[in-house]
Amino acid sequence: MSVLDDLAVKAGDDDVVCGVPARFVAAPASTEEAAALIAAARDLTVVIRGGGTKLQQGPPPRDLDLIIDTRRLAGVVEHAAGDLITVVRAGTPMAELHALPGQQLALDAPPTATAGGAVSANASGPRRLRYGTARDLLIGVTVVRPDGRIARAGGKVVKNVAGYDLGKLYTGAQGTLGLITECVFRLHPVPLATAFVRATAPPTAVARILAAQLAPSAVEINAGPGASPELAVLVEGTEEGVRDRAATLARLLDGEVTDLPPSWWDTPPWPPGGLGLKLTGVLSAVPALVEAVTAAGGTIRGSAATGALHAGFPSGAPTGTPGLVDGLRAAATRAEGHAVVLTAPDGALDGLDMWGPVPGLELMRRVKDQFDPDHRFAPGRFVGGI
Amino acid sequence: MSIDALAVRLRAEMTPDQVLTDRQQLRTYECDGLAHYRVVPALVALPHTAAEVAAVVRACAGVGVPFVARGSGTGLSGGALPHAEGVLIVTSQLREVLSLRPADERAVVQPGVINLQVSTVSKEHGYYYAPDPSSQQICSIGGNVAENAGGAHCLKYGFTTNHVTGLEVVTPDGDLVRLGGAAPDTPGYDLLGAFVGSEGTLGVATEVTVRLTRLPETVRTLLAAFHGTDQAGAATSAIIAAGVVPAAIEMMDALSIEAAEAAVHCGYPAGAGAVLIVELDGPSAEVAAQFEEVSRLCDANGAFETRVAADDDERQLIWRGRKSAFAAVGRISPDYIVQDGVIPRTALPEVLRRIDEVASSHGVRVANVFHAGDGNLHPLVLFDAQVAGEEERAETVSGAIIDLCIEYGGSITGEHGVGVEKAHYMPRMFTDTDLDTMQLVRCAFDPGGLANPGKIFPTPRLCGERPGRRTGPHPLQESGVAEIF
Repeated sequence: MSVLDDLAVKAGDDDVVCGVPARFVAAPASTEEAAALIAAARDLTVVIRGGGTKLQQGPPPRDLDLIIDTRRLAGVVEHAAGDLITVVRAGTPMAELHALPGQQLALDAPPTATAGGAVSANASGPRRLRYGTARDLLIGVTVVRPDGRIARAGGKVVKNVAGYDLGKLYTGAQGTLGLITECVFRLHPVPLATAFVRATAPPTAVARILAAQLAPSAVEINAGPGASPELAVLVEGTEEGVRDRAATLARLLDGEVTDLPPSWWDTPPWPPGGLGLKLTGVLSAVPALVEAVTAAGGTIRGSAATGALHAGFPSGAPTGTPGLVDGLRAAATRAEGHAVVLTAPDGALDGLDMWGPVPGLELMRRVKDQFDPDHRFAPGRFVGGI
Repeated sequence: MSIDALAVRLRAEMTPDQVLTDRQQLRTYECDGLAHYRVVPALVALPHTAAEVAAVVRACAGVGVPFVARGSGTGLSGGALPHAEGVLIVTSQLREVLSLRPADERAVVQPGVINLQVSTVSKEHGYYYAPDPSSQQICSIGGNVAENAGGAHCLKYGFTTNHVTGLEVVTPDGDLVRLGGAAPDTPGYDLLGAFVGSEGTLGVATEVTVRLTRLPETVRTLLAAFHGTDQAGAATSAIIAAGVVPAAIEMMDALSIEAAEAAVHCGYPAGAGAVLIVELDGPSAEVAAQFEEVSRLCDANGAFETRVAADDDERQLIWRGRKSAFAAVGRISPDYIVQDGVIPRTALPEVLRRIDEVASSHGVRVANVFHAGDGNLHPLVLFDAQVAGEEERAETVSGAIIDLCIEYGGSITGEHGVGVEKAHYMPRMFTDTDLDTMQLVRCAFDPGGLANPGKIFPTPRLCGERPGRRTGPHPLQESGVAEIF
């Protein structure tokens, strides 16, 4: 009778978001089907699920009727190699996009994550230093609005200023503004050569790397309590260029050149059940962030040359979490950045301010009210309870 | 409240000389870089501080008077075209570099600061500001933010939106709000990303935090002459296919070369039907290897002469022809329309042929100067307004070129913006729902529609409309799948 009857099935034991079980799950296979589903589901609260790699991060939804699973919305629609772009359905696994023939979507996200999920969660990793983040790589987007209407923004060319850049608005929106069904990405050539340079070096050495003319693609730090901080630098380019630059870097840092990254590269620094945060700050304050985390007994890891890092703490007593977060947030504020809690030990989330102060929050509420006036999409999962 | 009453209020809030209402003075501001659109504003405000900008906007909001922000007025789509019953807020008095922070790779500047000035002050620290619109010697950062300005080097480095990390804006309510910051990844919606390129329809930027880019170790510039644009286009595709991302790849056709030659004597190779300017930058070791490759590919695709800039002066000479092309065309034609459409790079030869066909069939000359690397065309459609029918024919050709860009999956504008000039083309590129969705953002920021009305969108959306809510039992409930919701 309705699309809901055709597509929605009763939720199973695994269809749970941050402890909140869903009633139904539906997996549309096209933008049109998704639009019909969402139009029919207009009285339901909805959470969108891609590969599920970050689904359990963040606060639980206030209410959850329907999980829209995007994994049937999969596949590369177009790979225009000569134009360095690809059009993909939102449920396409990142593994497929990391290995297009001769080219790549240079966005670090888990292989099982989906394109739409990586965009919605604003995933990023070590190579953001060179290639930017999802907001920089997404050039076009198709969405189904919470009212079931299909809208597109951007296009298939990298250079395009026609109309508002809605792709940026949907990037990192965590599914609170509707469903992304298709993404257009700019691609980059697979580099001819790569090398890593690893060294035991303090975070202050990052400034020396940036001052040198080495154009690294990633500069990652890993620092834990009671151990010397490590740096790992990725250089990409031509065979000759990479050899020269890696050798120069190795001298600069008194480090070694390797083919492979260290085991901690692009992995979260928190253990299962632990406390995980994203910490950001200006470049000159990265050493202070490293000190703040390690002094508090945590591990800090991430992009030291962009100021986007993650901190992890083993699961301790939940009662200690608010104080710890407050301390890290104070350090992040001094660094002009933010401390956002991504995951916390059981019981520690209640009453915890996961974001801290968010500039422009009032305008964000107004955007949400326009796009999703009934607050049905991922209610309570976003900043300020949006 | 009349404009007179608004003027009294603003003169009290600022100083009298910061508020212009004299018709002669107002006429100075009647157009931006798109000079054939002219509207005299009702009032011009010249604020000196962010607080004064906020006061002007608040005053406008209070009485429902529209306002338009203007930086240096170099825009090419009429984005800063005044409103006849509105206030024009000129930000050129806000022109201080507030802080230069090379250690953080950031600079914080006021919106009236000139684009090139950011690079100039950063240079001694080994940095520059990457977006480089052709007007960079006079255009303002605030205008760049409004238009998401690009430039020749955005092929490698991206656009304004990739280089602005934080803004202080005055919302259309007159509130000062911060979006983003000096650090990356501010939590919440990327309103900064929505604001950049919104052409002044979401508010007025009063402070801009920009990313500074490390000056490259080496820059190498090559000029390659071809017999025609097909070969130059093929060379461009070959360079990109080889995995090389040059800082810039620019192309000029025979007519634009002729114009540039007449204007600035750039000395491009005689007999060239097209020239490519390819610039590579980065670590010396990388650039050397890539440069060999680029030279080889130009030769392989029919370049009959290549020149390499031996020093900065020679590099400037190569660029002079390209950068002067728009102005130079004025020497071979009394009037011209500049288009800014984008096509997939691989469609370049085909689209150029079709532009040629359209132009020939209407008896109109088109000079092509463009950012070949990213498929951003700048066809200059030549005409003489004094000759009856020429302007209409030029406009027909211009519209046909835009249609070609859309047909090939491109865009109606790559860097100049929609403004007033291309608003009526938006429905050719976007559906009603697409435009409605963009305007949801507009409604969130500016429900009264006072910020730069009449730009971008061919028809405004009434804000506050809510989609109909359904009543009665839910289909799942009706069909017995679920008992109750």
